[in-house]
Parts: sequence; structure tokens; C-alpha cells
Amino acid sequence: MSLFGLHIVKREPMSWYKNMFVRAVAIIASLILSAVVITLLTNKNPLQIYASMFDGVFGSDLRIWSMAQNVAILLCISLAVTPAFKMRFWNCGAEGQVLIGGLANVSVMMFLGDKLTYPVLIIVMILASVAAGIIWAVIPAIFKAIWNTNETLFTLMMNYVAIQLVAFFLKYFVKNGSGVLTPMEEYGLPVIGHSYVLNIITVAVLTVLVYIYLKRTKQGYEISVVGESENTAKYIGINVKKVIIRTLVVSGAICGIAGLLLVGGTNHTISTTTVDGRGFTAIMVSWLAKFNPVFMIFTSFLIVFLQNGANQVSTDFRLPSAISDIITGIILFFIIGCEFFLQYKIVASKSGKENN
Amino acid sequence: MTNNVAIELKNISKSFGGNMANKNVNLIVNRGEILSILGENGSGKTTLMNMIAGIYFPDEGEIFINGQEVSIRSPKDAFKYGIGMIHQHFKLIDVFSATENIILGLKEKGRYNLKAASMRVKEISDKYGFDIDPMKKIHEMSVSEKQTVEIIKVLYRGADILILDEPTAVLTPQETQKLFAVIRKMKEDGKSIIIITHKLHEVLSLSDKVAVLRKGEYVGTVETANTNEAELTEMMVGKKISLNIERSEPQSCEDRLVVKGLNCINREGKKVLNDISFVARSGEILGIAGIAGSGQRELLEAIAGLQHINDGEILYNNPKTNTCDNLRDKTPLQIRDLGVRLSFVPEDRLGMGLVANMDIVENMMLRSYHKGKSLFLERKAPKDLALHIIEDLEVVTPNENTPVRRLSGGNIQKILVGREIASAPTVLMAAYPVRGLDIGASYTIYNLLNSQKKKGVAVIFVGEDLDVLIELCDRILVIGSGSITGIVDARNTTKEEIGLLMTKTVSNDEKEGE
Amino acid sequence: MLAFLISAIRLGMTFLFGSTGETITEKSGHLNLGIPGVMCVGASCGCYAEYLYLSEARMNASPILAILIPILATLAGGALMGLIFSFLTVTLRTNQNVTGLALTTFGVGVSDYMITKTGPIYSKGSRYFTTPLPFADDLGVIGDIFFSHGILIYLAIIIALLTSFVLNRTRIGLNLRSVGEDPATADAAGINVSLYRYSATCIGSAIAGLSGLSFIMDYLNGNWEYCIDAIGWLCIALVIFTVWKPNLAIIGSILFGALYIVSSYITGISFATKELFEMLPYIVTIIVLVFTSARDSKNSQPPKSLGLPYFREER
Repeated sequence: MSLFGLHIVKREPMSWYKNMFVRAVAIIASLILSAVVITLLTNKNPLQIYASMFDGVFGSDLRIWSMAQNVAILLCISLAVTPAFKMRFWNCGAEGQVLIGGLANVSVMMFLGDKLTYPVLIIVMILASVAAGIIWAVIPAIFKAIWNTNETLFTLMMNYVAIQLVAFFLKYFVKNGSGVLTPMEEYGLPVIGHSYVLNIITVAVLTVLVYIYLKRTKQGYEISVVGESENTAKYIGINVKKVIIRTLVVSGAICGIAGLLLVGGTNHTISTTTVDGRGFTAIMVSWLAKFNPVFMIFTSFLIVFLQNGANQVSTDFRLPSAISDIITGIILFFIIGCEFFLQYKIVASKSGKENN
Repeated sequence: MTNNVAIELKNISKSFGGNMANKNVNLIVNRGEILSILGENGSGKTTLMNMIAGIYFPDEGEIFINGQEVSIRSPKDAFKYGIGMIHQHFKLIDVFSATENIILGLKEKGRYNLKAASMRVKEISDKYGFDIDPMKKIHEMSVSEKQTVEIIKVLYRGADILILDEPTAVLTPQETQKLFAVIRKMKEDGKSIIIITHKLHEVLSLSDKVAVLRKGEYVGTVETANTNEAELTEMMVGKKISLNIERSEPQSCEDRLVVKGLNCINREGKKVLNDISFVARSGEILGIAGIAGSGQRELLEAIAGLQHINDGEILYNNPKTNTCDNLRDKTPLQIRDLGVRLSFVPEDRLGMGLVANMDIVENMMLRSYHKGKSLFLERKAPKDLALHIIEDLEVVTPNENTPVRRLSGGNIQKILVGREIASAPTVLMAAYPVRGLDIGASYTIYNLLNSQKKKGVAVIFVGEDLDVLIELCDRILVIGSGSITGIVDARNTTKEEIGLLMTKTVSNDEKEGE
Repeated sequence: MLAFLISAIRLGMTFLFGSTGETITEKSGHLNLGIPGVMCVGASCGCYAEYLYLSEARMNASPILAILIPILATLAGGALMGLIFSFLTVTLRTNQNVTGLALTTFGVGVSDYMITKTGPIYSKGSRYFTTPLPFADDLGVIGDIFFSHGILIYLAIIIALLTSFVLNRTRIGLNLRSVGEDPATADAAGINVSLYRYSATCIGSAIAGLSGLSFIMDYLNGNWEYCIDAIGWLCIALVIFTVWKPNLAIIGSILFGALYIVSSYITGISFATKELFEMLPYIVTIIVLVFTSARDSKNSQPPKSLGLPYFREER
């Protein structure tokens, strides 16, 4: 493509520090733009805004815990979608897969909570959440494997089926008709020290496991080969259909765990907004980290930092809390867009026709 | 006389990088004349035609249209001068009707009127005797109908000079006859037609003149009436060139792979392999010669378990167990589990044999990762293998963790062949293993194949350079339009003999033994 | 029953904008998952413009301007979102799914901001939009069903029919479809692929923005209290459901509207069961998706290059 006599060419891979530099520039540019937006809305000094953001993330023990918890959950969902993405299976259904995992969890709490002993209850909760996540993920996978049904659209639709199921559940089983389920703290996952510690530890372990799964196991290797070239996969005798379904089982299972942590570990209840769009944010976290679980720690931290920080900004300056989504959106545009400059460079067009 | 010349090329040259694709080519095509361009694969035919069609621009030389010197810089320019090219790969949109495809991108004046356009399409097809329904969707069409749409597309745009790039490669004999009838009608109508082909009988039956290219060089033009198959073959293949590839006598040959009566029909319903039977022996290189696309790929893929087989058997004599297994309808995995050590260097290196974005070590794993019961990947052995191949085959790479897409073609091929040989195969199949490689890298590959032969491997080598086939192989199987047209002893054959077999069409079930 | 039909039509037409807009976009090969965000931003711009105009004009507000100004603002807001999407995916070559989702995040933020900012004034504006055609009363039941709606409802139908016409009966439509099917072939035929993708996405997004405005003004009667991103996904579902045909979408959208509200009109079911009914549009869409892929009928498939990037030099 040439525009104004300019020509775009693929560049040789750059050194890691140059890569980091371009990304840093993008983040800084987006922060400046966000500050401009907020300054226009509030007439406040931009520096105050940044201070407020920082305060919102690190300002107190509670905020740090909350940040860590948010990072953990977002990272967990990102880990879940990553194996599928590596296989070029666009799983946009994490929102629903997590929610249905949470729903399974809540159901177990509600119906079996007083019937089972605590250890058995916990085991049943884990199994139910994971199984629910797997079912929700594997249905589109099966159709993809058999008929090559478009998985992006299928998984998107599954989200709303899950949301409606939760809405039904709340209206049907919450007897007072309020549609709000009182938290069932007594049936929650065990608390180790602070109430978020278990979640953080679980996700940390998961991060290592997913990293190892993708980089060091045979199944992870098969995922990469199928994602890179289905032809090669067939040439070396990989059963592509089997890999698709198996990978989505893994993906769905981790989503189920995320649902378990959100419901059993944190909220002890459920609502239609329990996942709160993180199923979609996770897609960006995973993509920005180039599907590398370790990098995802940073990208999910970045996004949580922006959201929590912007929340604080909105409280401090009496802005609607929605401002955090706006800022996150702007920054995502920049980070997504900057990838271009990592892969291509713009040069002046040469005259005449080159062979192609 | 001169005002009858439709197009003339004078001293056209074109090179890509250091490779001379065309050198000093001179051509004249008159109105109402059919010119065939004859040459082996890689002789520069398509490059030359692409220069007329505006896809490439010549480095040197002039092009005259109707006596005027012109500069054709884009396909649009070509249209302007009434030149239309029908490529081998159709550029058609599946869900559109014939008419929609024909008028796509045209900036005609007036209202958009599909009916009127369909009428014109019908007019054109009636005039030249095409048989086409203008409203039929492309995805409902046979290959020959799609080709018809491409031809009408060019005529609709008012082309007077038509270039057809191997139009008969995808057609059945009956369809070919129909196409020729149409071409003759266009000739009567005063159009100039240039047709690229390597089928000699077609050249002789259809064209007025034949221009021959060999390795980018223009050999000459002859009147079809004054020539014969033997002369054309000699012009096409040239004199024998000695390459000095060492060749040892085959030792302790056993029948390793016995193929019997193999038939394959591809997804378009075309018969791509027709009653193929041959034997590949251990300690011997079996060459496969043929025009590109005559069924070589399908044959190798059928043996490797990647191509559906409609009929026939592939028997493998296992030297370890002395058992005989039928590989038909087995997946690559099942073939491997039978203990068959089959290695395959496919034609499509980065799309099939290797993963472009993975590094050398990871590409080594493709063949070995599944070994053992462990859940985890073994990285040590593939890394050692990668280092070993890099050193032994002198692969130029920064290190073993470089993605293979960043290596040059020759180095990529060394990695692929190196890996396939490393699994100590009993059968090694290689499709065009030296395509695009420089002389040095090519000889490395020849030596590798030879050393495998000495180890008692049954080597199957699909090649395009006849000189190489004759010097490297022990026997050469010639394949034409999916059928075996002959199996010859490489030590006692000539390029002419193979060239004739390559262009021969099998009329009856004639099979040659040795 | 009559009330049900009227509501179904009214709601359906708000979906129709979104599905027509997304159809235009998808026909160019762009899968814009930012449509929910586009609607949010479009609606926000429209509502804010209405807010500004009505607070300025007070009692002297002209009914025509009170309708025209928000519509134009919505179109501009939607088109701007489309421009962001096209710039990122076409010029900067980003991944369409990821870009679309970022667009949705941004748009939801904008609309949430707007809800809290200027609440109740919209119900005043809504009156202008819901004014029925003058002769509706004289026509009895027919009038109630067909002519009792506000201006946007008719605009939706006109746009859908026009889109259908342009796609199937004009050269531009032919070119656009070819870009979405096979950009390399379109490029070879001399069609400017980038230009078509940019234009289709911007126009499609502008139209989709009206979906948000219509939902707030016509369906919610201006009582904008919750985020409307859910209807964005419903519109994407509707595109699939009607197999990328805007004229079919007119019927399909009424059906979706009916499915969406049917639970309120069935007597004797609980609030809980209603939620199950709201699942129907998505389940029906999934069934259509599976059915079309299984049948492999060429005429009801998504555009072949949907979601895929096209860069000429990587041919």
C-alpha cells in the first residue's frame, strides 16, 4: 500500500529494548491524551490526575490488595483464552464460560451447602465449576471441528445464553424476588490470611502451569503447530479436530476455575455482571502479551492499573466512574496501534515497478 | 505485410535479483494467428507473458503494438492496448455469477444493468461458440466453465490479443478439444492468440507458429507446418549438459514399496492419478519426471497418507519384520505406528514441511516430539540434531533459535532434508528438493540423496531438470496427466526420450516394464 | 396482541439499524465487534446534541430540528468510531477482533458517562421521536400497526431497503461484495480495497449508531438508565440470523423484537421464565450459524474474507 508516496515494508525484528521503547512511547502518549481529556472535563492540573491514579492503585493496603485481586482474576481469564488463541481459535466466549462456572459454583453452594461436609463441598464446587466451563467452551469447539462453524460468533452468542441463565437463576431461586442473592460466605473457599490470598496463589500457580503447558508439553506444541499451519499439522500426523476440542477443554476448564475464584473465593454470590466484561478484556491482555503467560502478568497489571487508577480519578474529581472505561479504551487504541510500528516501517516509495 | 503485425517484442530481457528470467527474446504475432510458446518449467514463459500483460516491466527491449512502441506498466495499460491474459489460477469470486465476475471493476458509462451485461456475455459466447449460462454462479461451475468465464472476461473488455497460460493443464481431453475450437474461431475473427503449453501434440494441432524458450533464453521460432515433435523436443530440452553428479551402482536391491493400480480423484472430481503401478527398491534412486502438475504431488501425498485414495494398493515390505503392510487409507500417524520409516520432503517447504515462524529446534521436533510416554517435550535431542544439521550441512544461520522463515531458500531446504534424513528412513520421498536453490546447495542435496541410497534407502526423487534426473537416478518414472507414460533406465536414456514421454498422452492402458 | 405487535415492530426496527450497519461493514470483510461500542457512542452523541439543543431552544424548539440534530450527531459519532476502527485495522493492520473489543470498551465508557451526565432531559426529546404519522389515527388497526411509529422506525426500513438495493443492484454494491469475498481478486480488478473497507465501515457504523439512538428514544422513551451494549451483540446476532441480507433483516428484526419482549405479553409466566425467553434470539442465532455451516450452502455463508486482513504485498 502506498499513500502520499510512502511505502510500508516489513522490518526485521527489532531488539527487545527497542520493542519496549516503542510500547513505552505508546503508553506515555496515551496517558498524555487521557490526561488532556480529563483536564478538559475538570480543568485540573494533569499532574494531579496522575498522582490521583497512582494513589488509587497503591494508596493503601486495601487498594493494593484490591489491585492484586483484580490482576489475578483478569490474568486467570487471560490464561484461559490463550491456548485457544494460540491455535487461532477466536474464543470470545470467556465471559460466558466464566459466568457459567460461577453459576455452577453458586448452585452447589445453594443446594448442597448444608448437605455436604465442608471438604466434600469444596471438591464438588471445584468439579462443578470446571465442568460447567468446559461444557460452555467445548460446544462451539465441536461444531468448529466438524463443520468449521464460525467460532467468534458462536462463542459471542454463548455469552448471552449464560447471562440469561444467571438472570433466570436469580429470579427463580431467590425467594424474596429481589433478584439479588445474599452472599453465602460460610460456603466459600477457605481463607488463607487475607481473603484474596488464595485467589492470588491459585492464579500464580496457574500462570506457571499454562506457561509450561504451552511451552514445554507435547500438547502445547501441537497447539502451536495447528495454529501456525494446519497443513503442517496434517503432514506430521496431528489430528487437528482432536486438538481443537482438547484445547477448548483446557480453555474452558480454566474459565471454570476463574468462575470458582470469583464466586467461591470472592463474591460468594453471583449476578449477571459478575464477570464485568473481563472475558473481553482478557482477549486484549492475551493478545497484547503475544500469548505469553509471563508477559500477561504485565499487560493485565497495566489494564488493572488504568482501571483502578481512573476510578480513583473519577472519585477524586467527582467524575462519573465511566471515565475509567473511556481512558482504558483510548490507551488500548494506542497500544494496539503501536504494534504496527514494531512490525513495519514506512519508507519513501521507490519509483518504477518492483516484482512481487 | 507489416500492418498485419499485432504485437512484436524486440530484445526483451528481464532478471530477478541475479537470475536471468528472459534474455533477448524476439517475437512477432500477426492478427488472426496462433503462437505457441513452448518450454520446460522455469524456462521463462510465464515471466515473458507477464511482461506483456503489465504485471512485470522489462529491464530491456521494446514492445510494439500495431506498429507503435508502447510501455505497459500495469494490467490497466495492457487492457488499453487490447491485451488480455488468462492466468493459470483463476481470479473469480465464487458466490458471484459469471456476468458479475465479468463486469467486476469495470467503469462502464450508464446505469448498472446486469441484464444488459448478461446479454452481451451471451452475445460473445454465441459468437465464439462458448457454452455458458451468464447467470450461473462460479461455485456451481466446472473448471472448464470457470476458464470460459475468464476468457469471456477478457473478450468483454475488448481484447484483441489473448494470452492463455497453460489453459489445458486443468482440462479433460474433450474440454481441450472444445477450447481449441473456440480458439480457432477467435483466430478467424482476427484475434491474436498466444498460448503457453508444453504439450507437443497440442502445439502441432493448434498453432501457426511455435516459439521455444530454454532456461530464459530465446531459442527460436518455427512454422508449425515445417516442424515435428523430435525437432521441437530438441529445441526445448537442448543438448545434454554434463553435471558430474556421482552415481554408484545400486546394491542389494529389494522391493521396498510396491504401488499397485493407484487411482485418485481430487475434490473437483478430476482424476489426478490414473492406474499408477510401480516399485521403489531399496538402495536405488527412482526419479519421477513429468510436466509440473501431472500428479506428482498427489502420488507422494497418497503414499504419505495425506491424499484420499479411490482405488489401489500401496504395499510396504518391512525389512525389520519381513512383513508386508498395506498403507492405503492409513493416516500418517498409523503409518508411523506400523513401524514404517517413511520420510517426505514436500514441495511446499514452509507451508507444509516446516513451520515458518518456529525456530530450527522446534522444527526438528515436528518429527520427533511425539516419541515417548512423557507429557513433556524433549528438547535436548532436537537441539542436538539442529546443531548437528547446521554443522554438517553448513546451514547459514545466526543460531539454532532463529525462525526458519528468516533463512534463505537453500538453508531452509537443508534443514528440511536434514530432518527427514535424521529419522533413518527406509523410504525417502523428495519433491523438487532443489527448486530455487543455488548450485552449491543443490549439490549438497544430491549428495545427501546419494548417501541415503548407499545406506539402502529407497529414494523417490521428483525433479524437473532432466539433466539432473538422468545423472542422479537409477530409474526414471515418467508421469503425464496422472498416468505413467513410461519407466526408463536412467543410464541408457536420453533427454529426448524422456521429453517425448512427458508430453505424450496415454491413449490406452499401455504399461512399460523393464 | 396488537400492542405486542406494535412493540415488536418498534423494537425490531431499532435492531434493524444495527444489523444493517453491521451487514454493510461485514460485506467489506470487516468483522466489527465494536458495534456495541459504536451504538453507545452514536447514542451518546445524539442524546447530548438533543440535550444541548433543547436546553438552548427551551420552549421554542422546532420539532424538525429536535429530530434532525440528534440524528446528524449520531451519524457523525458512529462514523467517527468506524473511522477509528478502519484506521487501526486497515492502515495500522491491527487484529480486527481485538480492535473491535477495544472499541466496545471505549464506547461503553462513553455512554455510561453520558447516562450519569444528563439523565432526564432525554424523555423530553423522546416525545419528538415517538410522534406518529398524522394520518395513523384514521386508519384503525392497520394505522396502529403500520403508521403509529416515530420517524426513526421508517428511516430504519428505508435504509435497509436502500442498502439491499445498493448491495445487489449497483456497481458499488458489486464491488463492495467482491472486497469482502476475495480482496485479492477485487484488487486485481482495479478496485480500491482500502477505500471500500474504510467507507463501508464508516457508513455502516454511522447507521449502527442510529440503533442506539432509536433504542433510547423509541423503546426506552428517553429513560436511559442502563448500558445498551447488549443490543449491540443482538444486532450482530441478527446479521447472522438473516444471513447477511438487509431486506430479510426487516422481517428478522421484527421477529427478534418479538422474541425480546414476548415474555412480557405471555400471561401466567414468572419473571424468571421471562429471562429464559430472552435467551431465544441468541439460541436461534446459534442454530442458524450451525445450520448454515453444516449445510455449506454458498448463498448463506458469511463473506469469505470476513475478519481477515488484506495487505497487497503479502500476496
